[in-house]
Order: sequence, then C-alpha cells, then structure tokens
Amino acid sequence: MSDLMKVSSNPHVRSRTGTSSIMLTVVIALLPAAGFGIYNFGLRALSTILITVASAVLTELLFEIICRKQITIGDYSAVVTGLLLALNLPVSVPWWIGVVGGVFAILVVKMLFGGLGQNFMNPALGARCFLLISFTSIMTNFDCDAYTGATPLADLKSGIDVNIMDMVIGRTAGTIGETSMIAIVIGACILILTGVIDLRVPGSYIISFVIFICIFGGHGVDTAYIAAHLAGGGLMLGAFFMATDYVTRPITKRGQILYGILLGILTGIFRIFGPSAEGVSYAIIIGNLLVPLIEKITLPKAFGKGGEKA
Amino acid sequence: MNSVKERLVNGILKENPTFVLMLGMCPTLAVTTSAVNGLGMGLTTMVVLALSNVFISLLRNIIPDKVRIPAFIVIIASFVTVVELLLQGFIPFLYEALGIYIPLIVVNCIILGRAEAYAYKNPVIPSLFDGIGMGLGFSAALTCIGAVRELLGAGEIFGIHVMPDSFVPVSIFIMAPGAFFVLALLTAVQNKIKINGEKKGKDMSKIQSGCGLDCAGCDDSGCAHRLYDEKKPSVKAPEQTDTAKKEDENNG
Repeated sequence: MSDLMKVSSNPHVRSRTGTSSIMLTVVIALLPAAGFGIYNFGLRALSTILITVASAVLTELLFEIICRKQITIGDYSAVVTGLLLALNLPVSVPWWIGVVGGVFAILVVKMLFGGLGQNFMNPALGARCFLLISFTSIMTNFDCDAYTGATPLADLKSGIDVNIMDMVIGRTAGTIGETSMIAIVIGACILILTGVIDLRVPGSYIISFVIFICIFGGHGVDTAYIAAHLAGGGLMLGAFFMATDYVTRPITKRGQILYGILLGILTGIFRIFGPSAEGVSYAIIIGNLLVPLIEKITLPKAFGKGGEKA
Repeated sequence: MNSVKERLVNGILKENPTFVLMLGMCPTLAVTTSAVNGLGMGLTTMVVLALSNVFISLLRNIIPDKVRIPAFIVIIASFVTVVELLLQGFIPFLYEALGIYIPLIVVNCIILGRAEAYAYKNPVIPSLFDGIGMGLGFSAALTCIGAVRELLGAGEIFGIHVMPDSFVPVSIFIMAPGAFFVLALLTAVQNKIKINGEKKGKDMSKIQSGCGLDCAGCDDSGCAHRLYDEKKPSVKAPEQTDTAKKEDENNG
C-alpha cells in the first residue's frame, strides 16, 4: 500500500541506460574489429591498442585530479576514444605515437573544451588528423610483417586491381581496425540492435557516398568498383562508429540525414579528387564543425508556432 | 622619467599587444614559424611603431580631427616603405622570410591603435617610449611563440639544434594550426599566472582585464570605468527624440 501512495513529480518511467552503459556497448561493439586487427597484424597491434587506451584514460584522470574536477573515467568514454584512435593507427607506429595521440585527443580536443558532451569535434579523429599532419611519413607507413605495399584504396586510386574478397574479410594492409568490413559490420549490428545508434547517419552517409562515386568516380555504376570503395579504407569504421558519436553529430533527425549526406559528399571529394587515397577522417571532422549550422537550419518548429494562418 | 618607465612596462606587461590586447593577430599567427622570424617581425614593427608615434605626436596639433586616420596611414606607410627597403637591402633573408607581412605592417592594428589612443593625445617623448614599449612587448610575444613553435616543430631554437636526436619534430607546429595552439597555450599560461597572483592579494586588476584605463582606445562602452564625454549625450538625446517623433508621424 505504501508503495502505491508514493508521490513524486514526473518522469515516472526511468531507463537504466546511462553514459557508461552506452559507452560500454560501444567498446564491446569495437572488440570484433580490434580482435581481427590483432589476429591480422600480430601482438604489436595489441600493444598499440593498450598503450593508446591507457594514455587516453590516464590523461583524463590526471587532468581531473590536477584541476580538482569530478573523476569521469568511469563512464568509459575515454576508453572508447582511445580504442577508436588505436584502430585508426597503422600497426607499424612507434609506441609514443599512441601516447601523443591519446594525450592530444583527451587533453586538447575533449577536456580543454569542457569534457564529455562539450567537445566540438570527435576526439579520436581530431587526434588522428593531428598525428597525420604532424607525422605524415609514420602515419602513412602501412608496411608490416604481414603485408607490404600500399593500401587497397591507394591501389584502387592508381588503377591497380584489388581483391575485394580480401578487403571484405580484412586481409589487407591498412590501419589496425579498418581492414575488416565483416568485423566492423558485426560491431555495427550490435550497436543497432541494442539501440545505441540508428541508421540515419551511417545510412545517408553510405548511400550519398555511393551515389557520388557513381557520378564522379569515372567507372559509372560498376559494382566491383563501388564494393572496393565501400570495403576499403575507414569508411565503415567512420560511418558506424565515429560519424554517429552522440556529442558531435546533429541532434535533430533531419539534421542527421543532412549530416550523413554531407559526409558522403566530402568523403567522395577527398577520395576521388584529393591527393591522398583516403579522406574519411577529414570529412568527419569537417562535418563536425558544420554541426551547429546544420542544427540551426533543421530546428523543428515548436507546436503551435509558425503555422500557416487560416 | 617616470612616465617613460611606466610606458615601457605598460607596453611589455600590462597591455602586451599580443597576449592582453589581442591585437595584430595576422602577423602573430603567420610569421612566427621560428624564433628569428618572430623577433625580426617584432623589431621591424617596433621601429615603425616608435617612429610613427613620434611623428604623429609632433603633428597632432596640425592634423585636422576629421582626416586623422588617412593622415596616420600616410605617416605609417611612409615608415613601412623605408623599413621595407632597408630590410631588402641589408637583411635579405629576413625580407624573404617575412614576405608580404612587411607591407602589411601598414594596416597592423597595434600601430594604428597606438596612434589613435596615445600618440595623437600625448607629447613626443612619452609617445616614443609608448611605441618602444609596445614594440618590445610585441617582439617578446612573437619571439616566445616562434621559439615554442620552432622547438616543437623543428627541434631548434634560433636555428640551434637543442632537442635530442631521437626527437621527431611535430611538424604541425610550424604549420598554421600550430600557431593557434601555441598562442592559446601561452595566453592561458599568462592568464593563469595573473589569476594566481590575484588570489595572493597582489593588485593585478589592470593586467587581468587588459584595461589600462585608457578609455579612448577601448571599445567596451559597458565598462564601469568608462569616462563618458558629457557633451555628446546632451547633443544626441534631442536628435534621437526628433527622429523618433518623425518616425511616429510617418507611421501614423
């Protein structure tokens, strides 16, 4: 009886979902890609992943201790950032690249702007682009024990035939986590089935990218060419795990679709007209910067406002 | 003599043009790829600043109020041309490194700002030292930014290799984004020092706000210290009501 008499203001229905459970789901969803990366590239990939994640988490912890802020490493967002960054590094990088990247991602891109929820740019991608610009030769060296030579996308760009089956499975050169389309799609399915992400951003991203390369790719509607572009490079990882980042994607539903289309077009421009073979990370951080504008133009009207006069 | 010292300290610390007033950002961000370039740009600007301050101060009673800005620009541009030719003749490597940013000193807002805010209203000697102080502050700031960028981006300071051989240069620091990182970082560091100083009870108010109570050169009309020109409101007020009435009539 006493339970029924409890009086409280709404909301009455509460969900157990919180930041930490969502972030933990993302970590679990990234495990197939990380696991395949370790299987594909050897134990060195594991040590790079561990160093990067550890430096991201430690940076957040130290920053919060020094600035006497609430300790937020328990929400796993730093783990996600570190893991995503590590999956975006080539396996041949020296250990300190992971440390520098983790520190930059958390300290400069995230904490200096106010921590989780305040960062205007995806921290992992911000750090990847910082590393890519600073240490270009290290970051684009994809030679390792298992593979030598260019990534499939670079081959594709210079007109060399690529093996699409290898690209889908992931037996190619590339960054640790981007090579296997299958592993990434398994992770993406986990995220979609648990409701962490929906298909608005990745769907509009991939569809607009496919349309773009059909028009401008110079091969017309060539299934093999399109499949190679989809399976190669960081498109899948970017579309499902980084473009969907809650903090840096638009809030409005129409805005998310617009954002996805924008990313697809930018990625297409970078891949086909740009000097390098890959452009997913630049496309997403440029998209991040445009998010406030996208939200402004797609803001839904409040009920009762702005309707047509009778 | 006191005013000389006050002007120098003011320019270097209290109203440091780069870290406090945030003026002249274009050359600050563009040419500080190395400590030498930063120092060169700072000293070049200082020479122009000091000379133009002196001449504007000398001519302050002759220049009509309404055309003062074009008059300032003519004086400043003359000195910039002189300095540019001297650099081209005697320090060609610096001339090459600074490039387009030497002629652009003409429109450097520090120089026009000091002309408008100080030299136009003050005698020659304080104006000279105001220019030198501001120029030194600018040089110091640019040299600091240049040194940090050169250290991280190339492992050198003033062209001398200082980092160990295992250091891999972070080349983003000698590119454009690095200028923003370093400027923001150094500004944050000096703000932190000032805030800590305030907590310990030192009077840092003038430094902290970037305000030397120099209201003529300040855009912040909401400032509590603002010295209003008392004539202006009384003249303006009737005009405003007149136009308001006219608008009302038109609407009616």
